[in-house]
Amino acid sequence: MASQIITAFGAVIAGVFACALYYWLSDKLLQVAFPVRVGDPRRASSNLRAHAVIRPWLFLGPALLLLLVYLVYPVISTFILSFYDRSGGNFVGLANYRWAIGDEQFRQSIFNNILWLAVVPAACTFLGLVIAVLTDRIWWGNIAKSLVFMPMAISFVGASVIWKFIYEFRGGEEAQIGLLNAVVQFFGGDPQVWIALPFWNNFFLMAILIWIQTGFAMVILSAALRGIPEETIEAAVIDGANGWQIFWKIMVPQIWGTIAVVWTTITILVLKVFDIVLTMTNGQWNSMVLANLMFDWMFRGGGDSGRSAVIALVIMAAVTPIMIWNIRQASEDRGGH
Amino acid sequence: MSAVASLRRIGLPRLIVHVSVLLICILWMIPTIGIFVTSFREAGQIASSGWWTAFTGAAETSAARLGDPSTARQDGPNYVISGSVFDDQGAGPNGSVQAYGTRVAAPTEFAAGEEADLGDGEKLIVNDDGSYTYTKNGPFDDKRGKRVYLSVTQPPSFTLDNYRTVLTAQGIGQSFVNSLTVAIPATIIPILISAFAAYALSWMHFPGRTIIIAVVVGLIVVPLQMSLIPLLTMYNNIGAFFGVPSRSYVGIWLAHAAFGMPLAIYLLRNYIAGLPKEVIESARVDGASDFEIFVKIVLPLSFPALASFAIFQFLWTWNDLLVAMVLLGTGKDQLVLTGALNALLGSMGGKWEILTASAFISILVPIIVFFALQRYLVRGLLAGSVKGG
Repeated sequence: MASQIITAFGAVIAGVFACALYYWLSDKLLQVAFPVRVGDPRRASSNLRAHAVIRPWLFLGPALLLLLVYLVYPVISTFILSFYDRSGGNFVGLANYRWAIGDEQFRQSIFNNILWLAVVPAACTFLGLVIAVLTDRIWWGNIAKSLVFMPMAISFVGASVIWKFIYEFRGGEEAQIGLLNAVVQFFGGDPQVWIALPFWNNFFLMAILIWIQTGFAMVILSAALRGIPEETIEAAVIDGANGWQIFWKIMVPQIWGTIAVVWTTITILVLKVFDIVLTMTNGQWNSMVLANLMFDWMFRGGGDSGRSAVIALVIMAAVTPIMIWNIRQASEDRGGH
Repeated sequence: MSAVASLRRIGLPRLIVHVSVLLICILWMIPTIGIFVTSFREAGQIASSGWWTAFTGAAETSAARLGDPSTARQDGPNYVISGSVFDDQGAGPNGSVQAYGTRVAAPTEFAAGEEADLGDGEKLIVNDDGSYTYTKNGPFDDKRGKRVYLSVTQPPSFTLDNYRTVLTAQGIGQSFVNSLTVAIPATIIPILISAFAAYALSWMHFPGRTIIIAVVVGLIVVPLQMSLIPLLTMYNNIGAFFGVPSRSYVGIWLAHAAFGMPLAIYLLRNYIAGLPKEVIESARVDGASDFEIFVKIVLPLSFPALASFAIFQFLWTWNDLLVAMVLLGTGKDQLVLTGALNALLGSMGGKWEILTASAFISILVPIIVFFALQRYLVRGLLAGSVKGG
C-alpha cells in the first residue's frame, strides 16, 4: 500500500519533471539550432523568425499529441468501427445501424434518454434559479448555497448509494428503513420497490442527478443575477411592477444567455449519464439509457464493437448541435492578441 | 446596490424566504446525513429501525421464538422453559422490552414484567431485560418453541466497527489508496501541458491557431463513449506488443490527462488571454523569449485559473467510474473507490452498515476539497460557463 503511494508521488514528480524537461530542453535546442545572439544581424533576425514559427508548435506539441491520440483518433475510429462486425474485422455496411433501429432495448434507451433530457435540465435550471433568487435575499444565503452546491463534489456512485438507501424497501412485517417508504407509510400509503417500477423508476433515478446538478445551476445563475444592471430594476419599480413581474419580465430575460449555457451543459451531462443507472438498476426494469447500453455491448458476450460504436455515435450525434453552437460562441468572443 | 437587493425592498415577506431556504437546505442535506448517521450504527439497529430514530431509540416490533420444548425442565408438577428472548436472532439486538404479546395482531398485549395467562395452564412472563419464564402445568406438547412478539427499544448506540470492517475486510482502505494513485498524477500532469498550450493559443501567432481553438472547444463536449472502444483496443494491442499488462496506472493517467485537456486549455486560455497586454509586451521589448515570459510571468499570474482546473480535474478523476472500469483492472491493487462501491452494491445488497460506511469514505475527500477550495471551484465554473454565454 505504502509503496503504491510512493509510486503515485513518484509518477507525479517524474511526470512533472519530464514535462518541464521537455519544454526546457526543446527551448534550449531551438536556441542552439537558431542562435539569436550572432554577429550577423540579418541571420539573427531570420533566426528570430524561425523561433516564432517553430516555438508555438513546441508549446502545443504534447497537448496536441494527447488530444489526437485520446480524442480525435478514437472519434474517427469509432465511426469506422460502426460499419464493421463485432470483432471489428469484417465490413458489414449498415447492418449495425439496422440492428439498432429494430432493437427493442435500443428504442427503450432512446425513449428513456429523451425522458431524462426533458426533465433533468429543466428541473435543475428552474430549481437553481429559484434557490439563487431566494438565497441572494438573506444574510446566511452563502451557507445555504454551499449546502445545496455540496452534492456536486459527490461521485455519482456515492450519490447512488445515498439514494438507494432512501428508496430501500423492506418486505413483510419488517420496519421500513428507507426514508421514502417510511414517509409513504406514515401517510398511510403502501411501501413500494421504487426503482423496480417500470417507467416511474426513471424519475427516481433522475432525482439523483437533479440533486447533484441543481447546485451547479444555482451558482452560475446567481452570478448572472448579480450582474443585472440596477437601473433596469429601479425603472420597473418606479413603473409599479411587483416582485413577481420584475423577476419574470425584467430579470429572467436579461439572463437568457446564461440560462441557455446552464441548460446545455446539463443536457450534455444527461446524455452521458451512466454511473447512476449502472449502480441503481443496471438497466433493469426498463431503465436502460444509451451510455449503459453502449457499455453493455462493449463487453456483452465478449464484446461487440460494431453495435457499441453505433450507440456511441447516437450520443455523439445528439451532442453535435451543442458542439457547433459552442464553437460559434467561442469564435465570436475570441479575444485574440 | 445589486438588483437582487432592490427586489428585497418590495419582494415577498422575509420570513417566507427564510423558511423556504431552510426547508430546501434540509431537503438537500437529508440524504447525506442519512448515510452519515447510518454508517455509525450497529448492523442490527440499521436493519430494524430507520436512521432517523437513531438518537431517540424508538420502539421496534420484532418477533422471537422461545426455547425449544425439549429444553423444558420439570419443576414439581410444572414444566418450565426459561432464557432470554434475545437468544433468538429474530428479536434483534439486545434492548429494553417494553411490551410483548403472543398474537401478531396484538404484539403489545402485555407490559414487560406482567404475567400473561395464556390459558390451557400456560403462563408466560417476559421481563424488560428480555429474560422470560414460560410455565405449564404439564409437559409441553408443541414441536417448536413458542413465538412471541416484542416491542423493544434500543438505547442509542454508535460504533466505529463499520469503518473498521470496510477499511480492512472489504478492501476499501486499499481502494482509497488506489483512487489517490489514480487522481493525484492525473490531476497534476495535465496542468503544465495545458498551460503551455493555452499560452501558445493566446499570445503566439501562427497559422492554424483559430482552427485549433475551434477544435479544442468542440472536443470539450465529445462524449467519452466515443473514445472507449478504440482506446481499449489500442491498450490491448500495446500490452500484447510489449508484453506488459494492458490495464495500468500509466494508461489511466494519460487517458484522464487527455480527457481533461480540452476544458483545461479552454479555461486557461480564457484566463491567460485576459492578462494585461502591457506586461507581456514590455517583457518582449526587454528581450525575453516566450519561454521566459511564460515561466516567469504567465505561470505565476495564472495561479487562480490553474487551481480552478486542478479542483475540477481532481473531483472528476476521483469520482470517475466509467474510465476506470474500462481502462483499469478490477484486481485488489487497481480497484478504485467508485468501482469498489459499485461492486459492494452488487454483492452486499442489503448490508447498509457496509455500504454507508464505504460510501462515506469515498465522498469524504471530495467534500473536504469542496469546502476548502470552494472559491476556486466557483470561479472556474463561472469562467467556463458565463463567458461562453
